[in-house]
Amino acid sequence: MNKPVPAHNIGDYVPMIDGPDKVSGRAKFTADIVAPGQLAGRIYRSPYAHGEIVSVDVSEALKLPGVKAVVTGADCDKGFGVLPIARTEYPLARDKVRYRGEPVAAVAAIDDATAREALRRIKMTVSELPAYYTSQAALAPDAVQLHEKKPGNIERDVLYELGSTEQGFAEADLVRDGTYNCAEVCQNQMEMHAAVAEYDAVRNRMTVHASTQVPYYVHLMLAQILDMEMSRIRVIKPHVGGGFGCRTETLNVELIAALLARKAQGTVRIVTSREETFITHRGRPETDVRLKIGMRKDGRITAVECECDQRGGAHSGYGVVTILYAGSMLYAIYDLHNVKYVGRRVLTNTPPCGAFRGHGTVDVRFAFESLLDEMAAELGLDPFAVRRANFLTAPTFTDNDLMVNSYGLPECLDWVERESGWKTRKGKLPNGNSVRKGLGMACSHYVSGASRPVNWTGEPHATVKIKLDFDGSLVVLSGAADIGQGSTTILAQTVAEVLGLDLSRVRVVTGDSELVPKDNGSYSSRVTFIVGNAALDAARNLKALLVNAAARKLEARPEDIECLGEVYRAGAQDRGATFDEVVVEALKDSGTITVTGNYSTIPESHGGKKYRGAVIGGTMGYSYSAQVVEVTVDEETGVVTVDKVWVAHDCGKALNRLTVEGQVQGSVWMGMGQAMSEEAAYQDGLMVTANMLDYRVPTIQDSPPIEVGIVESNDPHGPFGAKEAGEGSLAAFLPALTAAITDAIGIRFNDLPVTPDRVFEAIEKRKRALEKKKGAA
Amino acid sequence: MARLLEFTLNGRDRVDAVADNMLLLDFLREKIGLTGTKTGCDGGECGACTVLIDDEPALSCLTLAATIAGKRVDTVESLGHDGQLSAVQRGFHEKLGAQCGYCTPGFVMASAGLLRRNPNPSEAEIIDALGSNICRCTGYVKIIEAVKYAASLNAQGVSP
Repeated sequence: MNKPVPAHNIGDYVPMIDGPDKVSGRAKFTADIVAPGQLAGRIYRSPYAHGEIVSVDVSEALKLPGVKAVVTGADCDKGFGVLPIARTEYPLARDKVRYRGEPVAAVAAIDDATAREALRRIKMTVSELPAYYTSQAALAPDAVQLHEKKPGNIERDVLYELGSTEQGFAEADLVRDGTYNCAEVCQNQMEMHAAVAEYDAVRNRMTVHASTQVPYYVHLMLAQILDMEMSRIRVIKPHVGGGFGCRTETLNVELIAALLARKAQGTVRIVTSREETFITHRGRPETDVRLKIGMRKDGRITAVECECDQRGGAHSGYGVVTILYAGSMLYAIYDLHNVKYVGRRVLTNTPPCGAFRGHGTVDVRFAFESLLDEMAAELGLDPFAVRRANFLTAPTFTDNDLMVNSYGLPECLDWVERESGWKTRKGKLPNGNSVRKGLGMACSHYVSGASRPVNWTGEPHATVKIKLDFDGSLVVLSGAADIGQGSTTILAQTVAEVLGLDLSRVRVVTGDSELVPKDNGSYSSRVTFIVGNAALDAARNLKALLVNAAARKLEARPEDIECLGEVYRAGAQDRGATFDEVVVEALKDSGTITVTGNYSTIPESHGGKKYRGAVIGGTMGYSYSAQVVEVTVDEETGVVTVDKVWVAHDCGKALNRLTVEGQVQGSVWMGMGQAMSEEAAYQDGLMVTANMLDYRVPTIQDSPPIEVGIVESNDPHGPFGAKEAGEGSLAAFLPALTAAITDAIGIRFNDLPVTPDRVFEAIEKRKRALEKKKGAA
Repeated sequence: MARLLEFTLNGRDRVDAVADNMLLLDFLREKIGLTGTKTGCDGGECGACTVLIDDEPALSCLTLAATIAGKRVDTVESLGHDGQLSAVQRGFHEKLGAQCGYCTPGFVMASAGLLRRNPNPSEAEIIDALGSNICRCTGYVKIIEAVKYAASLNAQGVSP
């Protein structure tokens, strides 16, 4: 007979297992959940940027027939926030409002029209305070404090020096500095924020459906703001239409829906508008970077000084972590010593910023790679050579105690250099009269899951369960949140691979706190690595159990049993038992089997103690990325066209080449949006770009071909060697783009986004300067 | 004011009472319960609500339900037959044209409309046809591959 072979599930192009639901419209997102008698919720938002609340009069709203409940700050005096050290935000403002659009009151009514009318009847009076829309204004010595406990409007300042920058700069042949400004950007995920809260008054239980990346945080925050036992709360995450970080934090929308549902003793659905989704924000802060690098003639970096100011908005959110990431992730990509970092997270009267794909790293990476490019040119070095002069050697620990075990950056550089034809094409691209072409390159990296979660009470970092019952199907139970990145598919592939079964045997249940183990959710690119390892552990435990059952059935020793997926046998001559027969044997004594798998990061990955907050940046494995960007610049219009991108990403091992490519392309493209067109702009604190026309996301017509090279460095700790693939390639696009523009027209842009008007203005300025020079001569 | 609306939805004739000011998007989602069609913006910016009206892609968020009297409306729920995904659905599924899936029904319907008028589109024609749909996940590379693949399946007889 033919030897049965275990099914192979890792390393190929595997379509997502929930794809058919998405392409058929069957996938249910939060706004799609409609229950009989459901009330419509609407939020009244502050028209003031900064003020002490004198009164919020909701009496006229309450008189409107059809209004079932109105809540204000008086209904909840518990603060919330993703960081236990900064729970200073209320679901509905109390005492003060700090940004235009901050929720102040909310209404539940029989229909949306009634809820909207009720909002019009709410009257708010405030005693206005001076408002600050820029970091500089908020930092002014006479500025009024936004928060009582935050003098100088500094949420957090960070200062450390590892090694001696003085000595490092003294050893340099060239020292250069630069200032950089990156505009505030928004995730602008396609699904607008929504929540459905269902309160069971008889049993005092709350069920909340939320468009979140971390159902566990929503659970924690609901318990806190409702002052309810956690066991009375159930959180369900339906399909989620993207997140890119803004849904890592619990948002006011889900908390307000729950407050309304309890007060109305019913079910309330809030679906926010696109404008409200923008204002709920949690995007990447506007960032000013001042950077100084010392370099030897051979390209070796001798010292780095980096100052970073982030305009954080009105509340902390993730702010403390963001400003720490910006410093710590200077490391772990190149071999750096003698580094000084000064960071300031500033509180301003704008919507709160948060974690955005590439959290904390992107704007500093833009500055760093830009200055490397500039210094390479000045020293007459190839930009690739400068990177190669500063490689790390893995395994190693950085000066700030970050653990690096696998390092595929050299292979990433080789791939993009070769595929883009860098050596033969750089500087030789054909130019027209007013149309000039250029090539630029840069690198970036990211963590595969923060090694210490922010709300950690000592339990394993991830737990996955697998249920096996009489039908022979494997049901994977996980709290990991698939938000479109494909984590559910990765878990199914992992389990199927270990057991040698076809993927169709495996089903995955996620996102319902009543059914699945607690999980820290989808942020910092943690799921493949951390939850994947837990799934691997669970699958191995199940396999051991099945091997024992097969041994009993086949009257053999477990160590002699060969698992071939659909067949278990004792030696090549044995006809063996089918998987279904083994399952019957396994269930005979115990009934339905549920096995558990756990994973915890190792202490060596937890970062160090050399400065306060040194844990931030610690991870089990860093991904690496290199990019080459080719552009055409029209000097008459200032329009920059990206002709092509070559990107190589070291994801350790591609468990699913299809989704790795999709994640890498999506990251590069999101970096392109930030680099070229996206900017959240304010007028007197009002976000004036809170729609998809003014907030310019690249369309299909603006978007280049993106060729992906997958580099597999086989991380010793990753599941099957895998690391993250969903964030690390974003940051490199920004500096690679500006390097390409510099190559094309000789002008370097240190402020983002590089819009056509900025390019045009710079070209005109150069022309005027040249003419003036000619005139003088 | 309200009126009786006669039209064909996903191949089936029906008569509904509809308010004059009701948008087709809200009518489909809230009244009929076909939630496959998505709301992605505050009006006319993103393409997530794209449906076909007499085979032409249209934004249901900018269309009053009352204006579809006597017309054929096809939503994402109409695609696929005999337990099989349609060519466009297979393209988006198998080539990863859908990540989070929220913009997907709009892209799928805009692509189905394209293949109905032009079964063998060039890459430039695909890009042109999808220019008013926004996706935030894919960078569009795999969406273009998905539509090309759908066209090849269509050529083999799979309905778009």
